[in-house]
Amino acid sequence: MRGVQLSLNKGQNLRLERALDKLESLSSKANSDASVTVADDISVNYEDAILKGHGTTELDGRVVATLCGVVERVNKLVYVRALRARYKPEIGDIIVGRVIEVAPKRWRLEINFSQDAVLMLSSMNLPDGIQRRRTAIDELNMRSIFEENDVICAEVRGFQHDGCLHLQARSQKYGKLKTGQLLTVPPYIVKKRKQHFHYLDQYGIDLILGCNGFIWVGEHVEVRDDMVEDQINKSDQENLNSGNTLSSNEVEEEAYTPLDTRQHMCRIANAIRVLSTLGFMITVELIMEILNLSKSLNLDIHEMLGGEFHVLVAEKEAERRSSLTKKR
Amino acid sequence: MEYVNPEGLRLDGRRPMEMRQLRAEIGVVSKADGSAVFEMGNTKVIAAVYGPREVFIERVQNRSQQMNDQALVRCEYSMANFSTGDRMRKPKGDRRSTEISLVIRQTMEACILTHLMPRSQIDIFVQVLQADGGTRSACINAATLALADAGIPMRDLVTSCSAGFLNGTPLLDLNYVEDSAGGPDVTVGILPKLDKVTLLQMDAKLAMDTFENVMQLATEGCKAVATYIREILLEHTKQLEFRRGL
Repeated sequence: MRGVQLSLNKGQNLRLERALDKLESLSSKANSDASVTVADDISVNYEDAILKGHGTTELDGRVVATLCGVVERVNKLVYVRALRARYKPEIGDIIVGRVIEVAPKRWRLEINFSQDAVLMLSSMNLPDGIQRRRTAIDELNMRSIFEENDVICAEVRGFQHDGCLHLQARSQKYGKLKTGQLLTVPPYIVKKRKQHFHYLDQYGIDLILGCNGFIWVGEHVEVRDDMVEDQINKSDQENLNSGNTLSSNEVEEEAYTPLDTRQHMCRIANAIRVLSTLGFMITVELIMEILNLSKSLNLDIHEMLGGEFHVLVAEKEAERRSSLTKKR
Repeated sequence: MEYVNPEGLRLDGRRPMEMRQLRAEIGVVSKADGSAVFEMGNTKVIAAVYGPREVFIERVQNRSQQMNDQALVRCEYSMANFSTGDRMRKPKGDRRSTEISLVIRQTMEACILTHLMPRSQIDIFVQVLQADGGTRSACINAATLALADAGIPMRDLVTSCSAGFLNGTPLLDLNYVEDSAGGPDVTVGILPKLDKVTLLQMDAKLAMDTFENVMQLATEGCKAVATYIREILLEHTKQLEFRRGL
């Protein structure tokens, strides 16, 4: 159990156990014997032709698991879905990563995979938004786009012939992430969906649930397609630049994040931390629910990480899941 | 000295074929990819696994060591200063710990499917928190649990147990007092499912037929450990799955 570091008193411990028991009883009907550990036999019908997928191997004609996880069957395919493991990239996944090296024509990113990912200069849009061949000058100016330790959002492009993982960032929604915080959670609790970018408009916050378990909570930035808007804005900007030179003070003013937004960022971040220590699935709806719960209880931001709130979240989740099953 | 009294009991009250109490806990290091604490009686060991992750070139002494078709497994064994009765002040990297690091590395490498994770490395760190004999076995058991927790594909779980021969009796799972009696100490590591031996160490002489008995006993011990480890892992996996929900 990963939540053991919580300091709970006797009553809270009991309540947490009860909530978890409830969760267990809710899920046990669906798949009771699907969990396997390393070297467990997987029962299959040997008369049917089967395909052995990830996490399985053959031993004396039997199918044996090589991972701890849950057995999944899709038609003929039998595979083991690992729970706690590093991120396994799939093409098209939206991920958040950190630049660790600026190399010739490429950036190397840490994305919680077994290797570093590569983002080529040629597979991302230039800041001016013009489509053209990347020149040596572009290469020299790479640090003006991303530097070491920058946090970046990108999409998985695929594996190259040599086995490297390549990323791409060909849209304005991808790119450098500023003014916010990065959280790391185990990748298996991030639910894969159509939408991983979320704009919480009532708080002015952007939430990016990276499939690799890196979650970004940051101030909302207006996504604009440079290619279309630049022509319009260019003339305005030129006027601005010639007319009144922006004093450095004003630039700083612009970069200032209001206290309210920052507090909300921390609140959301703590909601995600609570979900991750309890090992619950992370979705926007759930995050918002916990955020509202903490607000309705008038809890301070730091109190969200205390034992009592964890117990409350567990109880609430048990209630929510049981109401879901009742509806069905 | 009498290690087995006439009633057939050992110094700590166990029978010759009895193991110490096992206890295991998964997920004790929050930042590690996989971690576990394993206890055999008073011996307590913590293991943390990081990886598979990108190979650190500067750490690899020889560049050819970075293999392109399989993962590199590294292991570091250490003993906490407070782990023994008299506080030791040995420098890091003495002969004993280098040897045990090597033994653990080779044992774990034999069961990890390294070819599935090319161009990456797996780091295993094991530290003895309390030493009461059989640290080698406890370290291997803890490392297995931590690797399984990290979701690293393995052929089989490796489990290990030791056995000795004192007062003409084969003894299972020696504690510190029995270990320091100077008799033979056989450490065995097996792959329970494949029924293969991956580790066999003995630093004394033993007659052929008694050796077979002692080894048989140690193998039985390994199997008992395997059943326990399997139980813990399955419980842990179920726990993670139902907490995650659908």
